[in-house]
Amino acid sequence: MAEAVVLLDLWVSPFGQRCRIALAEKGVAYEYKEQDLDNKSPLLLQANPVHKKIPVLIHDGKPVCESLIIVQYIDEVWSDGAPLLPADPYARAQARFWGDFIDKKMERSCISNLHMNFQSLFRCELNANKSSAFCSFSMDQIYEYGTRLWKLKGEAHQEAKKEFIEILKVLEAELGDKKYFGGDAFGYVDIALVPFCPWFYTFETCGGFSVEAEAPKLVAWGKRCLERESVSKVFDDPVKVYEILKQVYGFE
Amino acid sequence: MDQQPPTAFDLELLGSWADSHTHRVQLALKLKGLPFEYQEEDPLRPSPAVLLHNPVYGSLPVLLHRGRAVLHSVVILQYLDETWPRGRLLLPSDPCDRAAARFWSHFADDKLAPSVAAVFSSCPGDGRKAAVEQVHQNLKLLEREMGGGGAFEGRRFFGGDEIGLLDVVLGCGSYWLAVFEEAMEVKLVDPEAFPRFHAWLRDFEEQREVRETIPPIDKLLEYANAVRQMMLGGTADDNVAVN
Repeated sequence: MAEAVVLLDLWVSPFGQRCRIALAEKGVAYEYKEQDLDNKSPLLLQANPVHKKIPVLIHDGKPVCESLIIVQYIDEVWSDGAPLLPADPYARAQARFWGDFIDKKMERSCISNLHMNFQSLFRCELNANKSSAFCSFSMDQIYEYGTRLWKLKGEAHQEAKKEFIEILKVLEAELGDKKYFGGDAFGYVDIALVPFCPWFYTFETCGGFSVEAEAPKLVAWGKRCLERESVSKVFDDPVKVYEILKQVYGFE
Repeated sequence: MDQQPPTAFDLELLGSWADSHTHRVQLALKLKGLPFEYQEEDPLRPSPAVLLHNPVYGSLPVLLHRGRAVLHSVVILQYLDETWPRGRLLLPSDPCDRAAARFWSHFADDKLAPSVAAVFSSCPGDGRKAAVEQVHQNLKLLEREMGGGGAFEGRRFFGGDEIGLLDVVLGCGSYWLAVFEEAMEVKLVDPEAFPRFHAWLRDFEEQREVRETIPPIDKLLEYANAVRQMMLGGTADDNVAVN
């Protein structure tokens, strides 16, 4: 029943998108509930009292938190659908390792690059509701990295860019000539990474580099993923993402 | 996926004697009755073997199974479950329970451990007070989950009647709480404030396999004091970090 599965989420969140892709891959019907992170709902606070963050999957009243844990949960519960993790334990360990790498490195580097041109942590223009929600969504990361990045310019800016390109190259090497990270089948690592792809346009535009030049296989992989309905349905138009980020963070 | 029981040469663990993540894997292997070779490594100076098998991070522990590397303690523990599924399992079978074990394992590494480390590197005064308060906040969240309405209500261990994945993850590292209480003269685990956590930790530490895995507290205290000396610029001795 659709009402037995509820996803508390935010439209622009790459972490929420991971869950939406996984649910779509398994053909699971669910109710999507957009959250207002400026005014967190009692449901969200009850479902994730520890972190008070999205996404949260609520299945038959029981909450599951954290995107990659949710993806594994979806894989285990709806096990008759196409598997998201490979069957072989060593391949599963590899997949978990790379999922963790993406969580640790990609997210942090994305946010630090996002704030390369950040004018002011506390003066961002909150025009539309969605901009406001996005700003709030990023606030946790902003407060984690912000004070360090607030003064990010010149050499530090170059460092952030270098770090990001390095991460792209590591992922490019891991992908190699495979169709997807797990081989022929779309799965866990692809789901972990693909929601960050629409942000590449913003980084290369602000950072003055080309993702395609640095990681052509990754770009080709991104396009292959986009051919899947589960991905194309949640994929944000990169230009739209850029416009929102430009509006929220006030960069040129 | 079924594997034959390993011979002593199938499994090799590269680790460090004072590293809680290494202890997690050692304890898991012991609980599962899996024989392994152990190679002591210097966490500050990764050997060529560590860099070969963990080129991305160069960190410990590294589990080699027939020469193939499995990295990250929580990933390793799940790998052991999945490779020898007929043996003793660390993860529960119910997907919701598994998600809870993974969630709190991530909490242990992402929130609790850094807050405990922050106490260790804090200076006396407001900074230390704030660091201690942060640990208390994190323990409070865990304590609540062990109580009425929580995911682990009424259980002896997080894994149920027996030690499971989350016990191993939380337990191997919680000894630093006692060590830092002594070294920094702070109170981290007040039995009155955290009765369930305190009781669980005492129970966990009394298990035979745990006693055989965790180094003596006085040795850990000596190590912690030496590291703190080094941090405070007391000595430039590079070898102080390992035995």
